[in-house]
Amino acid sequence: MYGDTSIQKPIKIAEPTSAEQAKLEEIFQQKIDDDIKIEPQEWMPAAYRKTLVRQMSQHAHSEVIGMQPEGNWLTRAPSLRRKVILLAKIQDEGGHGLYIYSAAETLGTSRAEMIEQLQSGKAKYSSIFNYPALTWADMGTIGWLVDGAAITNQVALSRGSYGPYSRAMIRICKEESFHQRQGYELLLTLSKGTKEQKEMLQESVNRFWWPSLMMFGPNDANSPHSAQSMKWKIKKKSNDQLRQEFIDATVPQAEFLGITLPDPDLKWNEERGHYDYGAIDWEEFGNVINGNGPCNKQRIANHIKAHEDGAWVREAAAAYAEKQQKKQVA
Amino acid sequence: MTKQTTEKEWPLWEVFIRSKAGLDHKHCGSVHASDAEIALESARDVYTRRSEGISIWVVPSNAITASKPEDKESLFEPADDKIYRHPTFYDIPKGAGKM
Repeated sequence: MYGDTSIQKPIKIAEPTSAEQAKLEEIFQQKIDDDIKIEPQEWMPAAYRKTLVRQMSQHAHSEVIGMQPEGNWLTRAPSLRRKVILLAKIQDEGGHGLYIYSAAETLGTSRAEMIEQLQSGKAKYSSIFNYPALTWADMGTIGWLVDGAAITNQVALSRGSYGPYSRAMIRICKEESFHQRQGYELLLTLSKGTKEQKEMLQESVNRFWWPSLMMFGPNDANSPHSAQSMKWKIKKKSNDQLRQEFIDATVPQAEFLGITLPDPDLKWNEERGHYDYGAIDWEEFGNVINGNGPCNKQRIANHIKAHEDGAWVREAAAAYAEKQQKKQVA
Repeated sequence: MTKQTTEKEWPLWEVFIRSKAGLDHKHCGSVHASDAEIALESARDVYTRRSEGISIWVVPSNAITASKPEDKESLFEPADDKIYRHPTFYDIPKGAGKM
């Protein structure tokens, strides 16, 4: 997801057109190898900029679209405590989207352009948000698994080579921990509840487990242009590495909750020092990312509607600013 | 959809936050806003949801003049050979006491 754009058309890496450009590329790569961050105004290869804009805008879109499945439950939260928590979490997701849009704009792409690409379907966002949130337990599962997977990814991204993106990730990781913990706590409460509540918990985890694993993107063998992103340190760890990290951290937490994970092949491998896991249904992943998931159309339609419904606010604010400016001049 | 592409984008503002009394304002990101007042309010919502600040500056991004990365050498390298500007350049005998 955030660290992976390998399901899309590769970005062409142009050969240097002159000796001067080759020299610039060499200096650039040396900086990356020396772990010196790249800052906005500095020279960078066109493909580096393009890869970053694509990845960052899709990351930002994911945060913003991710507000929808949770927003669905705001009015039905079972207590005021849960409601204010959920509200704060959703507000954070909006904030995270804005941090990343702001960082992406330093590369010379306008906010309006990015939003248009999201709404027209040209830009993708994380496949996970195209699944519906059907039960209250999903509010816990999303925090625990979806935000848990996001943290695994974002910790790696916070060490990336582009300064503004890396700084946005550090900020986000600090806040994300609250998201995962509130989700796990919600599930713990359900696990101590009635038979129905326990069933609701198990059913929710059954639905979200595989889509959460898909969030890390295709297997390394099918992620051909990851290598360039690794070389540029846009990406610090491979999809399979991150997936494994997430699984290893999550299985004991599931045991503590007293639930099972829906994978008969999931078991500890003493020799590898990791959990083995079953095959992921990549056909489903492809379908969902390409627009045929359960909620794709609804998510984008909601985004467009909110954007259009808010047009009068933007117009009014712009008119007000203009009026004030004229007053000052006069 | 065609509307938003013709719609004029709100100007960009750079956001600086003082995290606590005694510290400098530090750049933390940007927001789009139609005027300074709204920029302040948006900056508050976006960048200080967990008591990250006690004071905010917003500055129109286009009002900032930045040095160019390619001028780095001419601007900053001259400082490297002026080691006499640092206290460690000078040998003071122990007997003179803490200085």
